[in-house]
Amino acid sequence: MEKLTKITAISLPLDRANVDTDAIIPKQFLKSIKRSGFGPNLFDEWRYLDQGEPGMDNTKRPLNYDFVLNQPRYQGAEILLARDNFGCGSSREHAPWALEDFGIRVIIAPGFADIFYNNCFKNGLLPIVLEEKIVDHLFDLTQSNEGFQLIIDLEKQKIQSGIGFPAVDIDFELDEFRRHCLLEGLDEIGLTMAHANDIRAYEKSKKEVTPWLY
Amino acid sequence: MSNDNAQTLYDKLWNSHIVRENENGTSLLYIDRQLIHEVTSPQAFEGLRIAHRKPWKLSANLATPDHNVPTNHRAKGIIDPVSKLQVDTLDQNCDYFNITEFKMDDIRQGIVHVISPEQGATLPAMTLVCGDSHTSTHGAFGTLAFGIGTSEVEHVLATQCLIQKKSKNMLIQVDGCLNPGVTAKDVILTIIGEIGTAGGTGYAIEFAGEAIRSLSMEGRMTISNMAIEAGARAGMIAVDDTTINYVKNRPYSPKAEVWDQAVAYWQNFYSDADAHFDKVVTLRAEEIKPQVSWGTSPEMTMAIDEMIPDPAAESDPVKQAGMQAALNYMGLTAGTAINAVTVDVVFIGSCTNSRIEDMRAAAAIAKGKQVADNIKQALVVPGSGLIKQQAEQEGLDKIFIEAGFEWRDPGCSMCLAMNADRLEAGERCASTSNRNFEGRQGQGGRTHLVSPAMAAAAAIKGHFVNINEL
Repeated sequence: MEKLTKITAISLPLDRANVDTDAIIPKQFLKSIKRSGFGPNLFDEWRYLDQGEPGMDNTKRPLNYDFVLNQPRYQGAEILLARDNFGCGSSREHAPWALEDFGIRVIIAPGFADIFYNNCFKNGLLPIVLEEKIVDHLFDLTQSNEGFQLIIDLEKQKIQSGIGFPAVDIDFELDEFRRHCLLEGLDEIGLTMAHANDIRAYEKSKKEVTPWLY
Repeated sequence: MSNDNAQTLYDKLWNSHIVRENENGTSLLYIDRQLIHEVTSPQAFEGLRIAHRKPWKLSANLATPDHNVPTNHRAKGIIDPVSKLQVDTLDQNCDYFNITEFKMDDIRQGIVHVISPEQGATLPAMTLVCGDSHTSTHGAFGTLAFGIGTSEVEHVLATQCLIQKKSKNMLIQVDGCLNPGVTAKDVILTIIGEIGTAGGTGYAIEFAGEAIRSLSMEGRMTISNMAIEAGARAGMIAVDDTTINYVKNRPYSPKAEVWDQAVAYWQNFYSDADAHFDKVVTLRAEEIKPQVSWGTSPEMTMAIDEMIPDPAAESDPVKQAGMQAALNYMGLTAGTAINAVTVDVVFIGSCTNSRIEDMRAAAAIAKGKQVADNIKQALVVPGSGLIKQQAEQEGLDKIFIEAGFEWRDPGCSMCLAMNADRLEAGERCASTSNRNFEGRQGQGGRTHLVSPAMAAAAAIKGHFVNINEL
C-alpha cells in the first residue's frame, strides 16, 4: 500500500448527500477480477452521457460537462469534498479502488458510511470527518476560488490552504492505529499474523465451549 | 440504576469473540464463518496467492455464485463472457483452496444470505462475515454478522480474524401487534424512514419488542437484512425458541448431545434487562402501514395511503435538493397519491424477500388472478434451489405462471442487475429488494421498494394498491 503523509492538491466539490457506492462505481464494472483499472468508470452514470459497459474505450465516450468532475478547473484533483453519509450502500471495495485509481487520496465529508470508511484505509485513502459547517466553508472556498488547493498533513493532522488562497487552518481527528498504518503503508494481514499464537490459543479455549464450530 | 455488569446482546457477542485487545482501542475479533461469492472474492484470493498464504480454517468458509448467475436457461451456461469469467474464477479459487462451494448447477446454490441459514451454516451466537453489505441478514439469529470489503475478505481467509473497533449500541423496539397485511418489510421500511439512512451509522442495532418477537425467522431476516439501509453494519435479534426451532436438523447444525450443549449456550444470547443502550428508538406496531418507497434512497418511503411529499416543505437545503433530485429521477410529482402510480415491471426476489414465506405471500395474492396488461414483465426469483423445489412441491410455481409471472432460477437477479435481468431507462418497478438507488436495477430504472404481497398486488392491478383493499 502506498504511504500517505502530506498532500497538496486541488479539491473537487461533489455537492450531494448520500452518495452511494452504486453511484461511485456501477455494478457492471464489478465483474472485473482485478483490483485496478476502475478509475475511468468512477461515477460512470453521472460522468458520461451514454451507458457504460466494461471493455468500452472510455476516451471516446461523450462526457457530461454539467458533472463537476468533468469541469476543467477541477482537473488533477486529489481531494474530494463530499456531503453527509458518503459511500452508503453496497460494501464493494471497488468504490475506494475506483477513487484511488482516478487519483483521489483524501475525502472530506461530515460523515461516511461505516463499511466504506473502513475500506478506504485498506487502500491508502484518507477519509476525514469534519463538522458540517466547516465542510460548508470548504465548499464555498473551492467553488469561489478557481484552482483552490488544500494541503493535507497527516502527520500533524492539519488542513491548510495552498499559498495565495484564503487561509484555512483546520485540525482533524483520526484513530491512531489507522493513522499509523496510512503513514507507514502497512499490511494489516502481516500485523495480525504476528498474533498467530493468540489466535490459536483462542481457538483452543473456544473448542471446549462451542465444539460444534470446530 | 443500571447494573455495570449488564450486557447487551451485541456486548455478549463481541466479548465472546475477542482474541486480543490492542493498545490502540481496536480488538482482534475471531470470525466463525465467512460466506464467499464471486463478486468480492477474486482479488482476495489473488492476494492470498501473491503472499503465499493459505486459508487459516477451511471449514469456516462456504461459497456460492449468486450475483452474476442467469435465472433462466441455465443449462446454456452464462452468456456474458465477463460474468462467466467471474463465476469460473470463483469455481477455480474454491477448487484450488479446497473451499466448499455450491456451484451453479447444485440444488443448494442460491443467494449467500439465503443458503447459509437454510443449511444451518448460520448459527446463533457466532460471528459471520461476507464481502456483501447485506450480511446483516444473519443478525436475525442472534449472530454478530456484518459486511466487509475485499481486503477484509482476504484478512479473514488468511487469519480467521479482523481488526475491529466496537460500535455503539442502539435498541429499536417495536411494541404491539402488526395489523393484517403489514409485514416485516413494512416494519423495516418504516424504521428506515424514521431514523434515516445514516441513523444507524456507528451503531450495532438490536431489534426487539413484541412485534419483532412474533415474526418468523423469514420475517426477522427481512428486518436484519435492511439494517445496513439504516446505516448500521449489524442488526441483531435475540435468540429464542423461534430461532432454535429454525436451526434444528439442518445440514450444518450441531447434532445429538452437542445439540443440547449448543442450545444451552445459545440461550444466553439476549440483552440483559438493565443493559445500557446509547440510543433507543420505539415504534408502535399498530401505527405501521404497508409501505412504498418513492425516492432514490431507502429513507424516502411512505405509507400506501399517503401523497408523495413536497420538497418545498423541507427546511434543510441539502435534504430539499436531494428530494427534488429524487422526484426528477423517479418521474414523480409532489402531491400525487402513490396508489395512482402505474408500474411497468415487478420483481419478487433478493436476499430481502426470496424465502418460502415470501413466495407464499406473493402467491396468495396472485392466485386465480392475472397480471395487468400494462405490466411488461413480472419476475419471481426464489432465493435458493431448495426454496424453488419446495415452492414447486406446494404448487406455487403454477399459481405464478398461470397468473402471468415468470418463474425463475435462484440468484440476486434484478435486485442489482449484474446478470441479464434489468430495467430499461425510465421503467418503473415494484420490487421486493432493498435499494432504490439511481440505476440500481438498470441505468435509468426507477425502483419502488415494497413487500412481496404489495409487489404481487401491483402486478395484478398495474399500479400500487393497498393489499387490504384488494
